[in-house]
Amino acid sequence: MTEEVLAPLSGTIWKVTVAIDEAIEEDDEVLILEALKMETPIYAPCDGKVKEIHVKEGDTVEEDQLLISIETE
Amino acid sequence: MAFIENMGLLAVTPGLVLMWVIGLTLIYLAVTRQYEPLLLLPIGFGILLANLPLTQLLDPGEGLLWRFYHHGIEWRILPPLIFLGLGALTDFGPLLSQPRLIFLGAGAQVGVYLTFFLAFGLGFSLEDAAAISIIGGADGPTTIFLAAQLAPHLLGACAVAAYSYMALVPIIQPPVMRLLTTESERKIRMGKGRKVGSREKLLFPITAALVIILMVPASAPLVSMFMLGNLFRESGVVERLSDVAQNSLMNIATIFLGISVGATMTADTFLRADVILIFILGLLAFMISTASGILLAKLMNLFTTNKINPLVGAAGVSAVPMAARVVQKIGAQADKKNYLLMFAMGPNIAGVIGTVIAAGIFLTMLQ
Repeated sequence: MTEEVLAPLSGTIWKVTVAIDEAIEEDDEVLILEALKMETPIYAPCDGKVKEIHVKEGDTVEEDQLLISIETE
Repeated sequence: MAFIENMGLLAVTPGLVLMWVIGLTLIYLAVTRQYEPLLLLPIGFGILLANLPLTQLLDPGEGLLWRFYHHGIEWRILPPLIFLGLGALTDFGPLLSQPRLIFLGAGAQVGVYLTFFLAFGLGFSLEDAAAISIIGGADGPTTIFLAAQLAPHLLGACAVAAYSYMALVPIIQPPVMRLLTTESERKIRMGKGRKVGSREKLLFPITAALVIILMVPASAPLVSMFMLGNLFRESGVVERLSDVAQNSLMNIATIFLGISVGATMTADTFLRADVILIFILGLLAFMISTASGILLAKLMNLFTTNKINPLVGAAGVSAVPMAARVVQKIGAQADKKNYLLMFAMGPNIAGVIGTVIAAGIFLTMLQ
């Protein structure tokens, strides 16, 4: 099963704080989005393993854009 | 001998020295704490200059600072230029995506009107009361615009109060927000708004300018420039103009606005007992505005199933985007996966327009 992390708001990717294949738990910070000169951390929706990272630092993202895919059991 | 007689040093009075301290304090706060440095720095230096004796900087018709003030502020040029830049910076998307949140921008003007009557009750003239109460909108250019026309002698105090409270949004608003909401209300996650198309964003500034100016003509100088700046932005064909309005031009206007406001704060106009009262009333107006935005959101929740997180009501004051950031922060403390920032931007932008309309209404009634 794959869970998707979508951008909750539009902004710029400030930092990706996980790496591919990294095991993560629900509520872990996965990346930091910058909007309106404010850093907004984005958290994992579930436990799992980072399968794919679809954005890189500096990218501009729209609301609901796919950011990270997480593989769950 | 003439040289010594004309030395400023001999004309220094305790009042002047006190004003130097105030000017230096603002510069200190701007530099070390970064409280609205773009404004408090030139304001602080302007205060210092205005209180150096025998400079003739403020002599009507001649002095440099007098010219900046007279042509920039009395002629109502600088605040509208700032609004041109703000319009070019503003994305009306969050507002159009949840139009019902516009009401929160209007609701947060309650503090302005309540304080107006309170200040009048305390003995201020109607004009002075209007200039003081508009501080509650926490919008610098609008406060300067209104005070310059209704109460020029209070302009310095009102402007400094408005900019100080804008800088202190993260300190002033949270206690009011926590007091008036429950933990579970702060956790409310809001439903997504509708998608806003580019044609809609293009038509909005034109429509809004027409509607608002037809209703409150006295708000035209600020509203027209705000909407023109936004039209530059959304039209997509004049990126150069949009860029210059929100960067170079706004910076130039800011320099002269700041130094002119500082120049109005001479010892004999600023060192009065009622200046302290102005700061207190301004703070009160700002807190009531925060509260009324939240309470209106709670009231709206009684009639809707698609609940509003009442915290976003606090963003109905016009300190953009400081108030929206505070909403995001307080919301995230209750539920870290709740993203209120964009929802709060709607009322926040509506709050700017709400404060301008409130100023326009005061001008219409009192001028």
